[in-house]
Amino acid sequence: MKLSRRSFLKTSGVATAGLAAVSGGPEKFLLWAEDAGLIKPTFVPTFCEICFWKCGAIAKVLNGRVVKLDGNPAHGNSRGKLCARGNGGIGLLYDKDRLKTPLINVGKRGEGKYRAASWDEALGVVAEKMKGIKQQYGPESMAIFTHGTPTDHFLPLLSAYGTPNVGMPSFAQCRGPRDVGYELTFGEGPGSPERVDLINSKVMVLIGSHLGENMHNSQVQDFAEAIGRGSKLIVVDPRYSIAAGKAQQWLPIRPATDVALLLAWINIIITEGMYDRAYLDQFAEGFSDLAQAVSSYTPQWAEKETDIPAAQIIETARMMGKNAPAVTIHPGRHATWYGDDVQRSRALAILTALLGSWGRSGGMFLATKGSLPKGESKPFPEPGKAPLNGGGYPFAGAEGVTQAIRTATITGSPYPIKGWFVSGTNLMKSLPNQKETLEAINKLDLLVVVDVMPMDLTMMADVILPECTYLERHDALAIGKGKSLSVSIRQPVIKPLYESKPGWWIAKELAKRLDLADYFPWNSYEEKLQKQCRTAGISYDDLKTLGCLTIPDTATPYITPENQPTFKTASGKIQLYSKELQEKGFDPVPIYVRHPLPPEGFFRLTYGRSAVHTFSRTTNNPALFELYKENEVWINAKKAQTLGFKSGEYVVLINQDGATSGRIKVKATQRIREDMVYMVHGWGSTGKELSRSGGRGGDDQGLITKYAVDPIAGSTGMRVNFVKLQKEA
Amino acid sequence: MPKYAMVIDQRRCVACMACVVACKNENDVPPEQYRTRVLEMVEGEFPLLRMELRSELCNHCDNPPCVYNCPTGASYKQKENGIVLLRKNRCVGCKACVAACPYNARYINHEKGFADKCTFCDHRLKEGKEPACVATCIGKSRIFGDLDDPKSPVRIALQGADSTVLLEGAGTRPRVYYIKKFSKPE
Repeated sequence: MKLSRRSFLKTSGVATAGLAAVSGGPEKFLLWAEDAGLIKPTFVPTFCEICFWKCGAIAKVLNGRVVKLDGNPAHGNSRGKLCARGNGGIGLLYDKDRLKTPLINVGKRGEGKYRAASWDEALGVVAEKMKGIKQQYGPESMAIFTHGTPTDHFLPLLSAYGTPNVGMPSFAQCRGPRDVGYELTFGEGPGSPERVDLINSKVMVLIGSHLGENMHNSQVQDFAEAIGRGSKLIVVDPRYSIAAGKAQQWLPIRPATDVALLLAWINIIITEGMYDRAYLDQFAEGFSDLAQAVSSYTPQWAEKETDIPAAQIIETARMMGKNAPAVTIHPGRHATWYGDDVQRSRALAILTALLGSWGRSGGMFLATKGSLPKGESKPFPEPGKAPLNGGGYPFAGAEGVTQAIRTATITGSPYPIKGWFVSGTNLMKSLPNQKETLEAINKLDLLVVVDVMPMDLTMMADVILPECTYLERHDALAIGKGKSLSVSIRQPVIKPLYESKPGWWIAKELAKRLDLADYFPWNSYEEKLQKQCRTAGISYDDLKTLGCLTIPDTATPYITPENQPTFKTASGKIQLYSKELQEKGFDPVPIYVRHPLPPEGFFRLTYGRSAVHTFSRTTNNPALFELYKENEVWINAKKAQTLGFKSGEYVVLINQDGATSGRIKVKATQRIREDMVYMVHGWGSTGKELSRSGGRGGDDQGLITKYAVDPIAGSTGMRVNFVKLQKEA
Repeated sequence: MPKYAMVIDQRRCVACMACVVACKNENDVPPEQYRTRVLEMVEGEFPLLRMELRSELCNHCDNPPCVYNCPTGASYKQKENGIVLLRKNRCVGCKACVAACPYNARYINHEKGFADKCTFCDHRLKEGKEPACVATCIGKSRIFGDLDDPKSPVRIALQGADSTVLLEGAGTRPRVYYIKKFSKPE
């Protein structure tokens, strides 16, 4: 709505007549009406879902409209602050492009022709097809792909239905190899949020982690605080990230050579005697085997591989050695890079162990030992067929290997997959090689997607079930395992808009139609939460009012004589030399494997995050789109000049297999090496249903036709594609 | 009488833009318009680079050109706390203040027609809260308080710090202070 000043004065004159004129009015008058004392705001605590950090937020509601989101001071992940995305949650709530009613496909799959349907009809269609698949092929032939809080509703539904085949991109396309690497070393993963004790560190080491652009609220708070307190920062990144801009030591490493650097660091720490001998004697095994295995990885050798001067490799190793154990080696998060990612993560974990930083102040703190009793539910049926979501990889996690399900869908082997149930993930953007995804989708009898926004994959579904946003629903309690144990509640701030429904309702209604109602034995989700709180001895009313409760006396972050660490490895000790890996035929100590470098005329394609977006899901959010409207391809300024590309002009990227991107703007910058390009992930959605971001920017995933599978965990290394730039035709 | 001021500790800023979005929600700033912004500036040649991240907003100058250049008396400096504000009902949208401000801190609200700018969230200050951008600042880079109070966060932040103001030579006597320390090329 555009108002001239004169009409504004007139309208506001009318509004002063009283609340009646205001109540139906647009947002701007609500703030004014609040100022004038005509209406009072209410405040409702909940937690955020714009990313997966689950920050406590407090929504300010004026006359039924959410006008502001603030961080909840009682919540450990937000501490009273929200990032740009969290602040921008209102943009999602009131995005006019939201999915508003259930939709049923009336065209060919992917054609995007839909008709609105009632919930009863849409759920009926889904249930009928799911029953058909069960009857014809067995329940194992339905797979679920999921991410985030919808998982708490739909994974139980599909488990009750009888399939073990779950795939979460958070494993094989993200954290998987990292978690496996740490589990093989320490017996447990680094946690989410990662248990990094940045705030007490003297040295912080980031390897490919771009904190700041990677906006994980409390972790970035700690990062900035540590910088403020004078902690020294080492950043290994081929791009001059925001974090690199704050570093005392920036190591612009040749991409794909990180393991060489890590092994050289490990070697220096050992040969210069900077490791924590007493700590290792007590908690670790395999030191001498490790020492021997890394002895050939000298700084001079590493210089040739990594393009980092040997002197700087030595200097940074000494920075760590001198300040140990108060050194945070950040485990990273998105770790699926080159296909040897478990081993790289092992190297990070081993370095952490040598410095004695695990369980020490300023390093990695220990998880709370507190826990809450699990609610009892009817046991799920035992699947009749073995799960195929492990893909045959010996250390694949319980979150499943997404692309193994995709492959089975295409080949029909070891048994057919005929239905995909998808919630909270846009598989077109999260899985590499979109061709395979499309091929698999074409084999399906049923593709059902639960989503808030009309994302790429969503608009290929046979049936689309519109979930309401996180500000309109209950979800499962978030159990926080930071230093202390905490519990947070997600509760509706306003009633669901349009015909959208909470995930729990959708799952329960589907369960009814699948004769699985026994698994959802409650009338409302609030009833379920109340019961869970009673069982756990937590006051539901307090939780509802405060949003988050920290359970007292559950923090035991550091190793002390009374607080000894437990390592859930085979031997109960830190595995510097992994017998588990050896038994399965893998290298017990990470070795350096040289990866192919870009051929002449090509650049390695790398990708990362913008601080104001989460994958593709926020691209259309008006509050965030405004700040970042399309991604750019970063290219070294000198290289761009040689090739005749200028900042701001549009180009097309072509990869080694001939796959092309949409038009993308050039950012010629000094902030990147000459052998690579970089772009923010998640752009280049093609759907016209996203009225703002649709068709904008380049899709990195469209260029990732090749992926290097980690033989240990089955995760997909996605930094193995090479592209060149071409002028727009 | 408090003498309100803001300190931007640039060392702690991570350019996450939380301040920008919080400000827009808090103050109902129209699309594509801003009361505050964060600039990302890099100089040097690969790999010898340095970066400056700088939050900018109204400087609430003690010698405010926008106030002097306002023909209708709409712009004024609040006596009791030094915040530069605007009486919307007096503003005719003539843009004199927009042109006069050397910090590019003002805009004509394209939905409402009058000049608009940062108010240090004076409506929140009255409730005892910090400005919205400060409250949500992830890096505690934005610091707010009373310059006359030795215990205020701004005084503590400025103590012993090498601080500057923007365009000191313009003689505007800003109330937004910057602590900037470049990361040094190694």
